[in-house]
Amino acid sequence: MQHELPVPHGLVRPGAVSLRGVEIAYGSFRVLDRLDLEVAQSEFLVLLGPSGCGKSTLLNAVAGLTEVDAGEIWVGGRNVTWKEPKDRGIAMVFQSYTLYPRMTVRGNMSFGLQVAGIARAEIQRRVREAAAMLRIEDLLDRKPAELSGGQRQRVAIGRALVREAAVCLFDEPLSNLDAQLRTELRTEIKRLHVRLGATMIFVTHDQIEALTLADRIAVMRDRRIQQLGTPTEIYTRPVSRFVATFVGCPAMGFIAGHLVEGRRFKADGLDLSLDGYQALGEMAAGRPVDLGIRPEHITLAPGHPEAIEAPLELVEPMGSDLLAWVRLGTVSLAMRLPAETPLSLGDRLPVMLPASRFNLFDAASGLRI
Amino acid sequence: MSLTASRMLPNNNFVGLRQYATLIDNGRWQVSVVNLALFGVLFLAASLVLGFILAALIDQRVRAESLLRSVFLYPFSMSFIVIGLAWRWLLDPTLGIEKLLHDIGLTGAHFDWLIRPDRVIFTLVLTAVWHASGLVMAIMLAGLRGIDREIWNAARVDGISTWRTLVFIVAPMLRGSFATAFVLLATSVVRLYDLSVATTNGGPGIASELPAKFVMDYLFDRGNIGLAAAAAAAATTMLATVAMVVAPWFYWQTRRSRQAGMA
Repeated sequence: MQHELPVPHGLVRPGAVSLRGVEIAYGSFRVLDRLDLEVAQSEFLVLLGPSGCGKSTLLNAVAGLTEVDAGEIWVGGRNVTWKEPKDRGIAMVFQSYTLYPRMTVRGNMSFGLQVAGIARAEIQRRVREAAAMLRIEDLLDRKPAELSGGQRQRVAIGRALVREAAVCLFDEPLSNLDAQLRTELRTEIKRLHVRLGATMIFVTHDQIEALTLADRIAVMRDRRIQQLGTPTEIYTRPVSRFVATFVGCPAMGFIAGHLVEGRRFKADGLDLSLDGYQALGEMAAGRPVDLGIRPEHITLAPGHPEAIEAPLELVEPMGSDLLAWVRLGTVSLAMRLPAETPLSLGDRLPVMLPASRFNLFDAASGLRI
Repeated sequence: MSLTASRMLPNNNFVGLRQYATLIDNGRWQVSVVNLALFGVLFLAASLVLGFILAALIDQRVRAESLLRSVFLYPFSMSFIVIGLAWRWLLDPTLGIEKLLHDIGLTGAHFDWLIRPDRVIFTLVLTAVWHASGLVMAIMLAGLRGIDREIWNAARVDGISTWRTLVFIVAPMLRGSFATAFVLLATSVVRLYDLSVATTNGGPGIASELPAKFVMDYLFDRGNIGLAAAAAAAATTMLATVAMVVAPWFYWQTRRSRQAGMA
């Protein structure tokens, strides 16, 4: 007699998503190269990258809107590579809201459920709950054209929520909104994630969205994932110059130079000690490298023996703090200082560059050393 | 003019509404009006539906899209006289499709709609639909292309089948395209004359008479200017009535959707 094997509790993860060797090409044009990615149950994963890096294609592949040419996609322990989007246990929110314009908000949220043959009472319950969560109860009888952008995107999120899917996909849902709404809705999405515990995969080109929302970020470039890690890892230990520049605002500053004997870095008019830079293995003296440092890691150290005198070129007040652009050798670097720091243009500031905060990248490959 | 007893030449013998009374009693006129109504409704409905379906099919990114577009639009480039004649030959039982079917051995096949008085008007509808649906398709295709592809994706994720998406989500978004096509087709219904002349010349008997043809016949062939003028006036009045109902409705519809769009 055959029994179905009992599945140990805790092994079935209805929300886990796994991509195994996924390849996608349009004709001879490769969009994704053999890509592997594991997203855990209830994780918030952000796919971050410039346009054309393949992040949206990757999301569409998970949704089933784009067919893969090779590899497999698993959702919740099932191979869904060849399943229709509706059978994958996913819901999706799009950049352009994609509401059905001739239906009311209620109609938008319930039409898919009606088609799926779900009982009327159940549909009403789900719509009510989703509307309450997104605070759109007052809008249920309006048409999309009567709503603001932020409200429309709330409705679109509501339409995804009523599917009660274990995995929620977001394709740049905040890009069409103005700055204030974007921040507001961003917080809202994070709150929903905490509350629902659904797995979320979120595509964006906005590094702030990525840093604020993600449990883990996958930074993509040229059809591949360049770095996969927590926001802190991505921010503090970027694996490449590309990741370093893409994440962080204002961007990391760079000094082009080369390594010299005795664990030092030399550039035009600069000679810095690398004592304290952890990962520096064997030193190939003369190797051309880019030294990167974030604005908040450059400090003022009056009287410190290793402080460098750097002329102040420009000040950009940012409310809570300010950016001071100082000249070091041939480059300008930004440093973040408290807003009340007394500064005047032309001052020579005693600037300190701590080696422990350096990011060294090979000048040729752009990879971290 | 329609109030006079003009025959071959216009005259001023005032007869009041007598010509209109004659007109209403005229069996040929009655057939014409019924035919026009029948033709108009069927032709509009069928062309819009068929054109929309064709556009929807082509919009699913088929191969040879531009070839198909040209093929479907091609009939519209020809005048009703030409296609009328072509279909007349095709549908003539002794020349066209029926003959072909018989020749290849299907002797039981009947394709004699053109010469059956109860079917002939439907044959005209068929011909006109064939003529116009390419135009409708082109208009609808333009409309469909203006719709965000992501709407389709959203519907797919929602589990809404393609035809449901088309009927319940996409078609309502194409209201403007439908209105454009409707107006264009409606004008061709009103001035329908040449198709009937070329295909059947009103026959068999008077089975495919139409008001425009009625007017022309009485005006020129039968030398009855008075009755022709009355018929023309009556036809115009009917159209004006229809227009008076339809136009405000359209106006209201567009205004409503525009208001919704502005909010």
